[in-house]
Amino acid sequence: MAGLVTTFGSGAMTNSIGDIGDARCILIIGTNTTEAHPVIGWEIRKAARRGTRLIVANPRWIQLVREADLWLQHRPGTDVALLMGMCRVIVEEGLLDADFVAERCENFDAFKNSLEGFDLDFVERTTGVPRGQIVEAARMYAGNSPAAIFYAMGITQHSHGTDNVMATANLAMLTGNVGQPGSGVNPLRGQNNVQGACDVGALPNVYPGYQPVADPAIKDKFEQAWACSLSAQPGLTITEIFDAAYRGQIKALYVMGENPVLSEPEAKHAEEALQKLELLVVQDVFLTETARLADVILPGVTFAEKDGTFTNTERRVQLVRQAIEPVGNSKPDWWIIGQIAQRMGGKGFDLTGPSAIMDEIAQLTPAYGGISYRRLEEGGLQWPCPTEEHPGTPRLHTMLFSRGKGHFVPLEYRPPAELADDDYPLILTTGRSLFHFHTGTMSRKVRGLNVFQNEELVEMNPKDAAILGIADGDMVRVVSRRGAVVARACLTDASPAGMVFMTFHFAESPTNQLTNPALDPVAKIPEYKVTAVRIEKNGQMVAMTER
Amino acid sequence: MGLKLDKIRLKIDGQEVEVEKGATVLEAAKAAGIYIPTLCYDEDLEPYGGCRLCVVEIEKMRGLPIACTTPATDGMVVHTSTPAVDAVRRTSLELLLARHPSDCLICNRRKPVIGEEQCSPYDVCLRSVAVTDRCVTCPANERCELQDVIDYLGITELRLPRDTERVPVDVSNPFFDFDRNRCILCARCVRACNEITGVGAIDLAYRGYSARVATFGDKQLLESICRSCGECVVHCPVGALAPKETHRPEREVKTTCPYCGVGCQMYLGIKDGKIIAIRGDKDNDVNRGRLCVKGRFGVGEYVTHPERLTSPLMNRNGEFVEASWDEALDEVARRFSRYNLDEVAVVSSAKCTNEENYILQKFSRAVLGTQNVDHCARL
Repeated sequence: MAGLVTTFGSGAMTNSIGDIGDARCILIIGTNTTEAHPVIGWEIRKAARRGTRLIVANPRWIQLVREADLWLQHRPGTDVALLMGMCRVIVEEGLLDADFVAERCENFDAFKNSLEGFDLDFVERTTGVPRGQIVEAARMYAGNSPAAIFYAMGITQHSHGTDNVMATANLAMLTGNVGQPGSGVNPLRGQNNVQGACDVGALPNVYPGYQPVADPAIKDKFEQAWACSLSAQPGLTITEIFDAAYRGQIKALYVMGENPVLSEPEAKHAEEALQKLELLVVQDVFLTETARLADVILPGVTFAEKDGTFTNTERRVQLVRQAIEPVGNSKPDWWIIGQIAQRMGGKGFDLTGPSAIMDEIAQLTPAYGGISYRRLEEGGLQWPCPTEEHPGTPRLHTMLFSRGKGHFVPLEYRPPAELADDDYPLILTTGRSLFHFHTGTMSRKVRGLNVFQNEELVEMNPKDAAILGIADGDMVRVVSRRGAVVARACLTDASPAGMVFMTFHFAESPTNQLTNPALDPVAKIPEYKVTAVRIEKNGQMVAMTER
Repeated sequence: MGLKLDKIRLKIDGQEVEVEKGATVLEAAKAAGIYIPTLCYDEDLEPYGGCRLCVVEIEKMRGLPIACTTPATDGMVVHTSTPAVDAVRRTSLELLLARHPSDCLICNRRKPVIGEEQCSPYDVCLRSVAVTDRCVTCPANERCELQDVIDYLGITELRLPRDTERVPVDVSNPFFDFDRNRCILCARCVRACNEITGVGAIDLAYRGYSARVATFGDKQLLESICRSCGECVVHCPVGALAPKETHRPEREVKTTCPYCGVGCQMYLGIKDGKIIAIRGDKDNDVNRGRLCVKGRFGVGEYVTHPERLTSPLMNRNGEFVEASWDEALDEVARRFSRYNLDEVAVVSSAKCTNEENYILQKFSRAVLGTQNVDHCARL
């Protein structure tokens, strides 16, 4: 998100799902769309079959490669090199949209100078993608406007994820692919309401509507609205919170609807941090691995037992309606928090219900200013929607960028924090399966979904497996510098040699005990997508030097 | 500049109809509220022209063209029900019925004439019908497009002997069954799988009398590349592809899917306080009716799962004991009050609603006094 804020002024998907069919070219990078966002994946597939050029950039074979005009199989963590290489070809061959760059953007010269560092020999060597393909991709993307870029966690979950995002923005601005239908830079948000949780201020550095905590005028605004005094010091991010808890600095933690014991990188460390707390309160619908460590557990309800709103990946605020009564003695999360706040003397927590809370959000959040339940009954609204009369915004940056001018960012290539070496010769990347979700708290409870997959699979290339003497279906031990996890091997050409793939849906094989908590310096996202590992069978370590 | 779409005018069964250029005769008839029987036609799919039931007569055209693939043209004069049309479509239908359990279709108790005995779902079937062919055993009973067509054409008896040889039902998928004995080979499932999702797990295999919908290698669905989204089930006009759970909801509630960030709109079907069926909402710009396997089949079971937490729990010397809400809330408030702002932190949730995230960050900042509030956006 930080990357798009720097370049465009807004961190959300620029275009709408309905725009996909308008694109003449689509570049998808770092997203296995048909698995993680199935309906958008189908839409992209349909567009490709109707003639939209499709470029897939992914180290792994994914379903959409079947529909692709071009598959760039770059090495994990080399996205900046790949995208800047494409930019360089576009500039050198004069394929850029010079008017758009001159009129709507700034800092082009500095960016152009930084392309010096990306001659195609270097890019080919770094990414492993033949230079001919890079040239072809650049021509295809630049020559078929409108062209859209879609990305997901494969771009952001790196120690230089912000650079990756800015590289996609550079590419889009360079070719004038911002603002029209079928163009844009579109980050696909993973969870149902990641976008909304960010929008309404569940972030340590901003209030609702991305209004900075450190801005004195904003501080005043919220102190008045909430009748309290507020700290002007941005707080800790989730991964920093666990570090602080581990050091003993954070002593009390409130967790609502999250399962960090499985989702945090170097999860063992997160679990130990939770054990060191003096007070852990967990509000959830199931006794998760995290809830087991709690001092008090408060039973919340699922989406089917309460009213509310989710904001989807294309900034669309949509209603969630109560369909059944709360199970047992469980209560809606907003009610629980309101009760605790009131018992601690908080003012403004005598809540009457979600609709009134949305009215308060609308008062304090400019982009949500015109959103109310009355309007949402008619259908979703895409923010910004500043006033009662505003129809919502399907496309961002149509005339001006949110920040005024689009800002080109000069970039340099930085390798992932961890590289393969003799002790850990393989690169592990994590992702999702169609049949499960996140830490599996919901989907693992559905018997039918477990028929399709009920255990973690270590997807690896048959060549690597042959060297290690591993057969399809063998139980193997995956070892990183931070831990070891046992799971079943699945031999597949989808994983290139030198790379293995696991999800993190299965508590029995907690993949995130392996992952690297190396953070992107700006966005503080951990590097889930690149972890150096080795694979052992029967506890034996096999050197992979033959490879 | 307002874009003026080309309109054309035609006459169907004596009625003047105006439609946009490019519309088919069938679409023109639908727009005018004129029913033409169809089975393979589906508004979500490309025209197919497979079932031949939508034959019509068009003046100045030879033969009996099919309405679903014939473009409407200006000045066209269409007749949807003539003796020639009826003869052709009745024969098509009778041939189809020779390979479909048809006892439910021609049962004189299903659409009772006034004064005759009615039949309700719990009545004993008085007819000498094989148990497997009884109407109540079909999940599509009373919402079957084949029944609609039979009623429209008024078919009340079978002239052709029926082939009663049964093929095994594919029950391998955990969420839906595929009973080929009820299949009418309209290929809507095949086309949905191909056109809507692009998966292409099934196709029409073999020829002539042996033709059947099959996966690659004619394996069971679970062993195929099927991703279990259920679009085939949604588009099946009869009871061949049907959910394992066939109870019908008492009411439906429109809401937003709780899984990924796409935000598909769907209807939860409720019966006895449980979610028993889910269908996609067609009337929105996000998913336009489509759902994936998790949204369509992966919600109800976890919502009312027996492992749900149903009472506040407090950890007493390593054991969780049930507590009242007052006890639990007081304890949380009392214990949090002991810490100052840099000793506390709050983890919010991308699974919870906007309103809940807002209230939790407000609680964190205004009551606990800490800016240490975040959620799993980065994870």
